[in-house]
Amino acid sequence: MALSIEEIKKLITSSIPDATIEIKDLVGDSNHYSAKICSKIFNGISKIEQHKLVYKSLQGKMGNELHALSITTEGK
Amino acid sequence: MNIRSEIENIINNNEICLFMKGVPEAPQCGFSMTVSNILKHLGANFKGVNVLDNEEIRNGVKTFSDWPTIPQLYVKGEFVGGCDIVKEMYEKGELKELLKSKSLI
Repeated sequence: MALSIEEIKKLITSSIPDATIEIKDLVGDSNHYSAKICSKIFNGISKIEQHKLVYKSLQGKMGNELHALSITTEGK
Repeated sequence: MNIRSEIENIINNNEICLFMKGVPEAPQCGFSMTVSNILKHLGANFKGVNVLDNEEIRNGVKTFSDWPTIPQLYVKGEFVGGCDIVKEMYEKGELKELLKSKSLI
């Protein structure tokens, strides 16, 4: 069960509405992605907390349906 | 001993501890390999804990750190991050600084 780029974007946007998201399918298998996510909610919190917010938005799919998503986060 | 105490013991007894898939000499996942290679490149001595050997630790450490993926790096008892964060810190020179500031390299 893989997730499409659109599904990932939708999940992230549903909990981080102001997110600007760029996702790349790294090898074209809908299973290895990289995502760059910018949002105001990342301002002033640690990288660990920023990534946790992204993982939370993916509702437990990270490490399960979604095998590999490398994340870069930035504030706005 | 419950799994939480076991993980705490591992983290407290190893100044640099990497929960990974495979072992430092033979990582079995690209992300684990990346972090392992970064630590080697910085000349850091670290303990690699192969989560593929122990399903309880594999799941336990995810709960322990509230972090859904492997690898996970701990330095002096503190969670530093997974592959993306460690790589970013390495590229910015922050990981080297962190390890130096704790006299680990």
